[in-house]
Amino acid sequence: MARPADVVPTPAAPEPRDTTGASAAPPQRTMPRGTTWLDERMGLAKIGKAGLRKVFPDHWSFLLGEIALYSFIVLLITGIFLTIWFRPSMAEIEYTGTYELMRGRHVSEAFASALDISFDVRGGLLVRQIHHWAALLFVAAITAHMLRVFFTGAFRKPREINWLIGVGLMATSLIAGFSGYSLPDDLLSGTGLRFVDGLIRSIPVVGTWLEFFVFGGQFPGELLISRLYMVHILLVPAVILGLISAHLALVVYHKHTQFPGPGRTEANVVGYPLFPVYMAKAGGFFFIVFGALILMAATMSINQVWLYGPYNPAAVTAGSQPDWYMGWLEGALRLIPPGWESHWGNTTWTWSVFLPGVGLMGLLFTVLALWPFVEAKLLGDTSEHHLLDRPRNAPTRTALGVAGMTCYGMFWLNGANDIIATQFNVSLNAVTMSIRVLVFVMPVIAFFVTKRICLSLQRADRERVLHGSESGVLVRDPAGGYAEGHAPISQGEAFTLTQHKQYEPLEASETEDEHGVRRRDPNAVSGFTARMSRWFVGDDVRKPTAAELEEAHHHEDASDDDMPRQLV
Amino acid sequence: MRPPRTRRRHRAARPAALVLALILFGSLYAAFVPSTQVAADTGMSGQVAEGKALYQVTCSSCHGLNGEGTSQGPTLVGVGAAAVDFQMSTGRMPMARPGMQAPSRVNTYTAEEIAAISAYVASLGPGPAVPNSSQYDYSTLTEEEIARGGEMFRTNCSACHQAAGVGGALPNGKYAPPLTGVEPLHIYEAMRTGPQQMPVFSEGAIPDEDVAAIIGYLKTMEEQPTLGFTLGGFGPVTEGLAVWVVGIGGLCLVAVWIASRGALKR
Repeated sequence: MARPADVVPTPAAPEPRDTTGASAAPPQRTMPRGTTWLDERMGLAKIGKAGLRKVFPDHWSFLLGEIALYSFIVLLITGIFLTIWFRPSMAEIEYTGTYELMRGRHVSEAFASALDISFDVRGGLLVRQIHHWAALLFVAAITAHMLRVFFTGAFRKPREINWLIGVGLMATSLIAGFSGYSLPDDLLSGTGLRFVDGLIRSIPVVGTWLEFFVFGGQFPGELLISRLYMVHILLVPAVILGLISAHLALVVYHKHTQFPGPGRTEANVVGYPLFPVYMAKAGGFFFIVFGALILMAATMSINQVWLYGPYNPAAVTAGSQPDWYMGWLEGALRLIPPGWESHWGNTTWTWSVFLPGVGLMGLLFTVLALWPFVEAKLLGDTSEHHLLDRPRNAPTRTALGVAGMTCYGMFWLNGANDIIATQFNVSLNAVTMSIRVLVFVMPVIAFFVTKRICLSLQRADRERVLHGSESGVLVRDPAGGYAEGHAPISQGEAFTLTQHKQYEPLEASETEDEHGVRRRDPNAVSGFTARMSRWFVGDDVRKPTAAELEEAHHHEDASDDDMPRQLV
Repeated sequence: MRPPRTRRRHRAARPAALVLALILFGSLYAAFVPSTQVAADTGMSGQVAEGKALYQVTCSSCHGLNGEGTSQGPTLVGVGAAAVDFQMSTGRMPMARPGMQAPSRVNTYTAEEIAAISAYVASLGPGPAVPNSSQYDYSTLTEEEIARGGEMFRTNCSACHQAAGVGGALPNGKYAPPLTGVEPLHIYEAMRTGPQQMPVFSEGAIPDEDVAAIIGYLKTMEEQPTLGFTLGGFGPVTEGLAVWVVGIGGLCLVAVWIASRGALKR
């Protein structure tokens, strides 16, 4: 690797202009000429010195966020191509393009241009499909990345703000996806817009006003596509770009988290430097993601707008679903018994639309945003964390996460209840009725099952540390008894299994001092927090103490003497 | 004194009187109710008679001996030959087992048998007849007319049968079946007779040339080349499944490979 050029050590502030490179003796030729030229003008060496040796740890799950980043880049590239031909107008024109089954029909200009991109622009359909697959992959990768961060505790101090930025990115990506999905002005996306129109109108008191504001009058109006276009190609990408920059800047600032292991501490990062290893790995992965998207777009058709036809408020198609990331809200709306409405004064509160639609979305993002702070409070934890949790070592958090995923999954499943009914030959009503029950029951089951699995894994870890690894060799002793020898595990593995912090449930602090005066302690732990804390960590299996470890080893030495050592 | 007459009448007197009375009432009934039914019965063609015989073997247990309907099946008076032709040619009738809806199966009846039963059911009351092929022929339609058929399809049909005609779910285990691979004749008959959950689209609502346009749209759509793997044509549900399984799943496999290349694993 090229070494950074010798630069005179920078004195303390005020930072002088670095003119030494040009005026001093000719620089040593350790860098290629072009690099030197750039360094003299932009100070590349300094940036490179700090940046190129930046270390990233290796784990497959750390690449989930990269999938999101790369699909976003693909979205930008393909999006630019699409803007060249897309016409964001709801003006009605006669379709005269290649697709014969639509010829002579009156369609909106947006729909006609979507058909033109699909059938008349060279490579247009491929790019349209890459763009749509990339959009689905983008949101999916963000979700998977967020789950990884949640289950490994990577949101803990000092990364709470980055977690919040991530939550913001997630929300923005939903807006980006939905606004783009609606642009072709086809029957399916128009039905989706009608759905959103309903959500907006269900907002109490101001709903109708908001609808008129968004749609420029009654649904569907004539403005929406051009407004969504602005949101989709200008506003949302700008916000996403800004948030991604902040997200990545904070990753660089905090340094990447790593899984625990020998030699990995809270104070270091063990991995490969950006240059050349991670540049190759990450750069290569970009091309793999791009290639996978092209492959998907070339082989699997997506969003065949020509089949759905132009949007017409009087028409609808069976099997209308939104893209996957809105599916759970669709499912919740299909789930809730209809007609739940109250009238107060001259206002209407349509709970059966507002609660599943607006309420659930608000709930999800509120819970996500608050979680790092809630968990820190329950653990009384103010320390920094750069080593990741193994999910089993936070049993209640892991169980809560799985319960949340299960609940989401039930809503999600119900979003496809009609497809399930026709494809598996079951009654639509039976599907909906069972999910109405399962959406409450399954998360509870998932919580307890996951928690028990985590605790069992913790117990297994403890056993492994204390008694070693099962050798798999059964030995019959002279008295006729059978025993299995255990091989001691390596120091490194023992460290990995025991390095995590053992949290104790918080104790409620005294509310009054010995004179019966109320304490005013900002760090006081309330009874409620103490109870929640006990619920959160009270069941954790204790990791072996040094004394226990010592004793276990003695026990082994004492009792296993008659075991044939060579077997283990 | 006369001996008591133990047998005052001839032993055949009572049956004879019964027969006489039956004949008398029968003749009276025939005289006072000179219905077309009787005329039709007498003029019953060979095909109708054959159909009636077949009907009584295969259909009457649910639809009644004379097509009057039972608790198990609706009346067939007035459904017309088109309904019988549709239900039997697509294998929906006779039903294999009771259920919310009769699924289409392989038809095991010959065209003659179905024609005979159709003729018999048509004789029960007036109803839509089996159309001749000129009524739904779409080969003479222009592209614009077929495109208009698409619009009518989206307005009238896609709410249940889905925009690509792959079918859709209806409440309580009922469903709108897929339209791909269905004979134009059967689409026409289904629209006119409204089988099972389907509403009737009568000639007054959608004239023959519009039906032909809709059929033309469906058939032309089927002939379009599919652009790659269509994922069943179900739209976003299978697309979402694909992006999670193929996209995220596949890229995770690659990620495992990328991250496993190194001396400092984990």
